[in-house]
Amino acid sequence: MTSDRHSAVRSSGSANPRAQYPHKTDASVARKQESALGRERVLRVCLPVVVLLLGLALWELAVRVEGIPPYVLPAPSLVLRTLIADRILLAQSLLVTLITTCEGFLLAAAGGVGLAVLFNQSRLVEYSFYPYAVVLQVTPIVAVAPLLLIYLPQRAAVLVCAWIVAFFPVLANTTLGLNSVDRNLVDLFSLYRASRGQVLWRLKLPSALPYILGGLRIAGGLSLIGAVVAEIAAGSAGAGSGLAYRIAESGYRLNIPRMFAALFLLSLAGIVIFYVLSLVSHLALRRWHESALAAEQ
Amino acid sequence: MRQATADHSAPLVVLRGVGKEFANGVRALQGLDLEVRRGEFVALLGPSGCGKSTALRIIAGLSVPSEGAVAWPQAATPAAEESRIGFVFQEPTLMPWATVFENVLLPLALKGSARSESAPRVTAVLERVGLRAFGGAYPRELSGGMRMRVSIARALVTEPQLLLMDEPFAALDEITRFALNDDLLRMWQALRTTVIFVTHSVFESVYLASRVAVMTPRPGRVASELAIDRPYPRDRNFRTSSAYAQLCRHASEALAQAMAATVVS
Repeated sequence: MTSDRHSAVRSSGSANPRAQYPHKTDASVARKQESALGRERVLRVCLPVVVLLLGLALWELAVRVEGIPPYVLPAPSLVLRTLIADRILLAQSLLVTLITTCEGFLLAAAGGVGLAVLFNQSRLVEYSFYPYAVVLQVTPIVAVAPLLLIYLPQRAAVLVCAWIVAFFPVLANTTLGLNSVDRNLVDLFSLYRASRGQVLWRLKLPSALPYILGGLRIAGGLSLIGAVVAEIAAGSAGAGSGLAYRIAESGYRLNIPRMFAALFLLSLAGIVIFYVLSLVSHLALRRWHESALAAEQ
Repeated sequence: MRQATADHSAPLVVLRGVGKEFANGVRALQGLDLEVRRGEFVALLGPSGCGKSTALRIIAGLSVPSEGAVAWPQAATPAAEESRIGFVFQEPTLMPWATVFENVLLPLALKGSARSESAPRVTAVLERVGLRAFGGAYPRELSGGMRMRVSIARALVTEPQLLLMDEPFAALDEITRFALNDDLLRMWQALRTTVIFVTHSVFESVYLASRVAVMTPRPGRVASELAIDRPYPRDRNFRTSSAYAQLCRHASEALAQAMAATVVS
């Protein structure tokens, strides 16, 4: 409707003083906007990098000037050297943690969406089980992890931890999405006698997709946290080999540079997970959802 | 050329004493009587909130009347009749995640028709609303007027015998609305379908309809009916004619009377 109005305005736009050279002006305006956008993008990438480099330089300088011993605070250069020296050990640990995180995430995605669909289809199931989903969510996972480690084999316990932390945002978001369907579209589907399955598959799930993807983006980070919490809790049990276990172990051995190296890999993993999920979300929604559309030119 | 009213055919749908009270106690309709014959173009004209949309939803079977009944004299069962209804909402109500083609295909897909069978029908109806080239576009990429055309195409793809339209052009600018008015009349004549068109615009109702049913404020009922005895096709000449102006005056007066009428309890 707006663009109809725009085109109506444009065709009667001779009162506009710029209308004499419309093409030239439009093009130069567009070019200016484009270069402004480009500058904005460069700043958004460059400024954080500059801040990082400054911070690292300051850190390195402080450690050298003050002569701080590496078991108190290792210099960034030492952390980097440790990262390279221990690369095989750390890479193995990273892999273990990443696999746990991915498994936890996939279980959380399937469980969250599945439960939400189940709740949406049956009010009785929703009333019966929703409170317990909330209980799982609000009980601090750090407190639950040791218990899980008693009852479950360590690998399973870590996985369950990752799942418990990550599934709730998927459940909550998917539930919201399934309930946010355009009422008129619901009427349209019932006018054409759509079955429950058709309504779910053709209407409710596509409507909920942006919400589901939002939930998954949160769940990705949380499943990493869940995995780390469980590994830390299991740390003293000693059978694990994930990154968080390495951190705990290095702590006992006062191998602080390795703690930092492992921590660095953990945050790197978190960042990668977040951006991969953001990219997936963007690709899935770019043709139709407001959140994924570029600003109008 | 069609006659303005098709007197001799039996009614397609009859509403008798239809009333609707919502769970919150609001009475939307009370004692609504309406008869629509095959091939008619009936406008339901009334103020905002008079229950016009509720009446349309009841005819479509989307809402159940609290009292009175909807009868389909020519049909074996009401369900059979309701399945041959097309509905156009106030908003285009398209699925934003689906292309224009998929949106128009939806009613056929829900009925389980094979895609290979449905595709030519979708293409034909898109052609009819002038959007053949836009089958692959997403609703977000279209203007408001084009989206409404897609919505009309979707309603027409099942070849309904009754097309229900709920203020479909109210949100559009006048230029687009006039164009869609003309297109709608053309399609109505070509398809020989029956239309019930809800509007709060006196001018729109007189321009389009073969008969205008004027409704009272809530609880709504039909206060008076006005035959628009002008031949189709109607075009810009009709819109600027003195006959049109006179009919609009009559409709306005009828509407004013309906507004003033005290509510019968």
